[in-house]
Amino acid sequence: MSKRRPYVRPMGGWWKKNPFFVEYMVHEGTALFVAAYAVTLLVGLVRLGQGEAAWNGWLEAMKSPLSIVFHLVLLVAIAYHAITWFKLFPLTMPPMVVNGKRLEPNVVVGGGWTAAVVVALGLLAVVWRIAQ
Amino acid sequence: MSESQKIIEIEVLRYNPESDKEPHREVYKVPFSDDMSVLQGAQYIKDNFDGSLTFRWSCRMAICGSCGMMINGIPKLSCETFLRDYYPNRISIEAMAHFPIEKDLVVDLSGFIEKLESIQPYIIPREARTLEQGEYIQSPAQFNEYIQFTSCINCTLCYAACPQFGLNPDFIGPAAMALLHRYNMDSRDGGAEQRMQLVTSEEGVFNCSAVGYCSEVCPKHVDPGNAVNINKINAAKDYFLRFLSPKGGSK
Repeated sequence: MSKRRPYVRPMGGWWKKNPFFVEYMVHEGTALFVAAYAVTLLVGLVRLGQGEAAWNGWLEAMKSPLSIVFHLVLLVAIAYHAITWFKLFPLTMPPMVVNGKRLEPNVVVGGGWTAAVVVALGLLAVVWRIAQ
Repeated sequence: MSESQKIIEIEVLRYNPESDKEPHREVYKVPFSDDMSVLQGAQYIKDNFDGSLTFRWSCRMAICGSCGMMINGIPKLSCETFLRDYYPNRISIEAMAHFPIEKDLVVDLSGFIEKLESIQPYIIPREARTLEQGEYIQSPAQFNEYIQFTSCINCTLCYAACPQFGLNPDFIGPAAMALLHRYNMDSRDGGAEQRMQLVTSEEGVFNCSAVGYCSEVCPKHVDPGNAVNINKINAAKDYFLRFLSPKGGSK
């Protein structure tokens, strides 16, 4: 008869055991803040569709101290999410080869940031022109 | 033993399936020199304190991939990890995480072996070739496509680093996916379509949530996490191509 009795260790609290996993969980958790901001903007869009009074009401609500604190919290959380999201680029993207040489991970991350900043500035310019 | 002999405390997670209900920790005071690895520490314990201490090892030079264990909670090859880097603190060693413990530091790898088999880790030729056609020709560029993924030594540290494997032991996992990718990327191979079924299955790549620790701990810089994530893209392409081409996609 077999004397084998393999012991399976429990997984409870696994993410607290390693700083790498903590960063991962915070990264995943901050996605909720991204969603919260998207909902905030969506509410603004809905209020805009309901007419001028509703839109102005939403604008006023955005100016309240509570809303400003909320937005500061969002800014910090979303910045953390963005930084850790770009950090994952070399893991999640297919290798990029330029002139027969594979790009270094930090170049890939830098390229992602550059593209994001260029797109953001471009969008800002378009909005700026429309607002003029 | 000279008077200036340094002594390090090694805490070992022990488990004897014949007498223990669950694992327990035991501490050994091990005299060591600066050139001693954690593996040699374990060997010292086995030779001098308790001959029943069980662990796997072979080459002592990070080639065979047998001696992986959790060292202070981090998956490492014990042969290339040195006691001097932990002294004067206590060092804790434990069997590789997420695998069932067979005895002491030995884990049950049978699930991993089955996974390796399931990915068909050999070249499946595109078409039958005769001897007269000669050898396959491969350019350096084609060779570079897959060479990185051939460096895997099956140490399974990446599995000990993967919480998704811990939560779902059926997940095909980083090393097996890296090897699957190695054959898919080989210009001589035509088996990608056959392997796609596994990539997209319940056990496949979508168990991965891009934690990325597997690539971090890999002692051979295989970057298995990248292989898994590239195959998420391949799986998505395969899914959508099925609508466009009756021949595209898996069976």
